[in-house]
Amino acid sequence: MAWDPFEDMEALRREIDRAFEEFGFRTEPFSRVAFLPARGPRRYPLINLHEDRDNLYVEALAPGVDPNSLNLTVVRNNLTLSGEKRHAPQEVKPEAYHRSERAAGKFVRTVELPVEVDESRVSAEYQNGLLVITLPKAEKAKPKQISVRVA
Amino acid sequence: MAEKTVPLSGEGKASSSREVTRSRERYIAPPVDIYETNEGLVLMADLPGVAKENLDVRVENDTLTIRGIASHKAPGSPIYREYELANFFRQFELGEKVDQGRISAELKHGVLMLSLPKAQEAKPRRIEVKVS
Repeated sequence: MAWDPFEDMEALRREIDRAFEEFGFRTEPFSRVAFLPARGPRRYPLINLHEDRDNLYVEALAPGVDPNSLNLTVVRNNLTLSGEKRHAPQEVKPEAYHRSERAAGKFVRTVELPVEVDESRVSAEYQNGLLVITLPKAEKAKPKQISVRVA
Repeated sequence: MAEKTVPLSGEGKASSSREVTRSRERYIAPPVDIYETNEGLVLMADLPGVAKENLDVRVENDTLTIRGIASHKAPGSPIYREYELANFFRQFELGEKVDQGRISAELKHGVLMLSLPKAQEAKPRRIEVKVS
């Protein structure tokens, strides 16, 4: 097979891209630093925020969290998430570990939402390790259409 | 269990086609825990956003491959982002100590739990010491 310099260059470029991507991704949501009290930036779990006309949707990246430990509270426009992620379902002696890369521990995070929400109608669903919280916007925070009269 | 990456059959060549300007699907290596019990090894991997039907775990030529396609459609339009769901890919080389026919997998809350039972001959055996 003839040597193709472009193929090698392309492979190298992809390798470098991946190295950087992994750095950004793995140091944040997965690294164990996320749970260390002093160094953890209190940014666990990571969230994405979506909205439509009536609702805000908070999607949190939280695999392996015990659903019973999850606790959500909403006060005006502050959403607080707390819970615990365990390492393994049973007790494992530290010396039994060959690899330990997954983050684990207790977490609490408060997110300030852009608008006030109706606390009484908040619902949440935990699916495939993603927590999706639906927060209906408060009536007064919804956009109002104002009709213009022609005088 | 050593980590390794081998090209899958039918892949590799296509990735160097230069017509593609957007990067192809991104893959990241999921973080794993591997611990040992009396019965064998247990591997746990965080795979958020991967549904059961999008997860592919296979053993081929002593290589364990975990590949998951993460997908989730959130309603509404995005206004703030801290992460992007990525697809997962990671490979491990299995030793002869693992009974490859009895590997079982369970996916729960975005965490894959693989049980890799030890082969009979690899289990610790108590050897009687006779004092004569």
